[in-house]
Amino acid sequence: MLAYVIRRLFAVAMMLMVVTLTTFVIFFVLPKWAGSDPAYLFAGKQTDPAAIEGIRQKLGLSDPVLVQFWNFLQGLVAGREYTNGADVTKCPAPCFGYSFRTEQEVWPQLTEAIPVTLSLAAGACVLWVVGGVAAGVVSALRRGTLWDRAAMTVALAGVSLPIYFTGLIALAVFSYQLDWISGEYAPVEEDPAQWFQTLLLPWITLALLYAAMYARLTRATMLEIMGEDYIRTARAKGLKERVVIGRHAMRSTWTPVLTLLGLDLGALLGGAVLTESTYSLPGLGRLAIDSIEGKDLPLILGVTLIAALFICVANLVVDLLYAVVDPRVRIG
Amino acid sequence: MNSLGSTGRASVESAPGEVAAAGSPPPTAFLEVRDLRVHFPTDDGLVKSVDGLSFRLEKGRTLGIVGESGSGKSVTSLGIMGLHTAGQYGRRKAQISGEVWLDGRELLAADPDEVRRLRGREMAMIFQDPLSALHPYYTIGRQIVEAYRVHHDTDKKSARKRAIELLDRVGIPQPDQRVDSYPHEFSGGMRQRAMIAMALVNNPELLIADEPTTALDVTVQAQILDLIRDLQKEFGSAVIVITHDLGVVAELADDILVMYGGRCVERGPAEQIFYEPQHPYTWGLLGSMPRIDRDQTERLIPVKGSPPSLINLPEGCAFHPRCPYADVPKGHVTRTVRPELQQVVSGHFSACHLPQEQRTRIWTEEIAPRL
Ligand SMILES: Nc1ncnc2c1ncn2[C@@H]1O[C@H](COP(=O)(O)OP(=O)(O)O)[C@@H](O)[C@H]1O
Ligand code: SF4
Ligand SMILES: [Mg+2]
Repeated sequence: MLAYVIRRLFAVAMMLMVVTLTTFVIFFVLPKWAGSDPAYLFAGKQTDPAAIEGIRQKLGLSDPVLVQFWNFLQGLVAGREYTNGADVTKCPAPCFGYSFRTEQEVWPQLTEAIPVTLSLAAGACVLWVVGGVAAGVVSALRRGTLWDRAAMTVALAGVSLPIYFTGLIALAVFSYQLDWISGEYAPVEEDPAQWFQTLLLPWITLALLYAAMYARLTRATMLEIMGEDYIRTARAKGLKERVVIGRHAMRSTWTPVLTLLGLDLGALLGGAVLTESTYSLPGLGRLAIDSIEGKDLPLILGVTLIAALFICVANLVVDLLYAVVDPRVRIG
Repeated sequence: MNSLGSTGRASVESAPGEVAAAGSPPPTAFLEVRDLRVHFPTDDGLVKSVDGLSFRLEKGRTLGIVGESGSGKSVTSLGIMGLHTAGQYGRRKAQISGEVWLDGRELLAADPDEVRRLRGREMAMIFQDPLSALHPYYTIGRQIVEAYRVHHDTDKKSARKRAIELLDRVGIPQPDQRVDSYPHEFSGGMRQRAMIAMALVNNPELLIADEPTTALDVTVQAQILDLIRDLQKEFGSAVIVITHDLGVVAELADDILVMYGGRCVERGPAEQIFYEPQHPYTWGLLGSMPRIDRDQTERLIPVKGSPPSLINLPEGCAFHPRCPYADVPKGHVTRTVRPELQQVVSGHFSACHLPQEQRTRIWTEEIAPRL
């Protein structure tokens, strides 16, 4: 088990290196090949030649690419200073870059946005897994009944409807009509009630998209498992039906659910971006959109790296959970 | 009752008239099945998997139920265990009638929760494929401990001790370590041993083994059969061994019941079935039985044709489309009238229109010499 964890951690580290290198190449090297000056891009809307020259010096854009990459990595680990003669811009570790356009370090902007997105993703995830699995189990056990058909119809709708549709409808009904949600997002440690209130609709909107899929998957899996020989064995032991389902059948249902979760957590950021912009949540998704709109390249780079980290860690967690759930995985 | 005293045989000796009809007073036999019918409504029609089966079995004795695949053997055993009614989510309910008496209690009409409490404690089952019958995500030990603790109010530690003790008893080496293994870490034979340990953990008085060796290779088969026989002697329980291969029950069963198309076509003491069988289908089963005392290359004589549809069972004798003697009984009664079980000698019954002398002659002159 330990060897497996170490191997996976190593794979994650490698993955992050590759992502960092790719992003670096896209922002620092490709523009040169395309004939444009990265310094212009990093400067954003500034056009003053002296300022651009300053940025070029500070970023060391005239250095060889490998040196630049090394400096970038070093900045991540140990922080760095952007110097142009006497003009020094400090960027402490972990230095994800510096927005010359907004004259802000990238990392503080990220640290402000990350908890928002994590709150959104984690809450929605709990909601859709619990809700989806529960609905799926009940549907399977009540197969063919009105409940089953209704739940599966809702599930189909949930899968098919895009976030900006359900999101906007929810927003229109609950926020504008019923006035349930008011005010700005507040961090959980500052105002838990406000945090919860502003996140509830986004959670539901985001969860609805996924819950449907989980309900369908759980239902199908459950129906298959109920026909397994080991379920019959469980009954032959004299176990109560509640235990047969709750322990023996559920145990096997988690495996495919976790597999799907692994895939979804990776793609979740996409859904979070749309949800955040629909509900004006100051998370990574909105930061990404803002940075793209403002052509704030260092910020885009930072968001990309954090997104990659998010996906890698999510997948790692799911793989580890998977090894816990399925004893046959451990050896491999 | 009846011939029990006279022959010393406790099980399948009664004719339809002898196994009491449904509704009569409780039997004295340990297990008595009366006119069991298990029918499944399907889109294609009513599948009559078991259609009027009666037999009895005493403690300390072994009954072999033999028949081709699809003849209703598993459905019979699940019917006794009450497993057709548990967990039929959204599926059409099986129609079950008849009586199953276990130790003076009738199970089919009993409260399902009462039957559940008997399952695993008084009656336990071993299934054909131990890999699929064991939960892949739980250790062997945990599954045995669970089986024990459903019916015993003990802590996990003593239940675990009991599990190790049983694993040891069924011949699993280093049981105190293997108890923490997962089913996929066991070989097929070891898995079946573990399954047997799980079934025996509560000292059941009735043990049903449904094709316990079919999924195993030949050498392991013999070991498992030996184990079942030893345990049967040790625990003194009533045992039903279900198989499609007469060879499996040859040395195990005291009595044998031959099933065809959901019904009993012949039953009696094992030596009678092997040495004086009185039904053409049993002859066919004997002919298709691999025998170690013969040259392996010698051709088996299989029963020709395929098993009957349980939705539209052939009229008259259900075996007639495949029976080489279908035209021997006068007046084609074989195709119109269903033969009832008739006593041949005490405790030996057969359902065939052929006159008994004729059957005996065909067996001794035509069939036996070719086996
Ligand atoms: N739940 C069910 N629904 C419909 N048909 C069934 C069901 N269970 C068993 N059968 C049918 O009953 C017949 C006898 O099955 P079974 O008892 O398993 O045979 P076997 O003698 O091989 O153990 C088979 O044709 C099978 O298809
Ligand atoms: S009744 Fe006729 S068809 Fe049936 S087994 Fe006897 S001889 Fe064959
Ligand atoms: Mg079977």
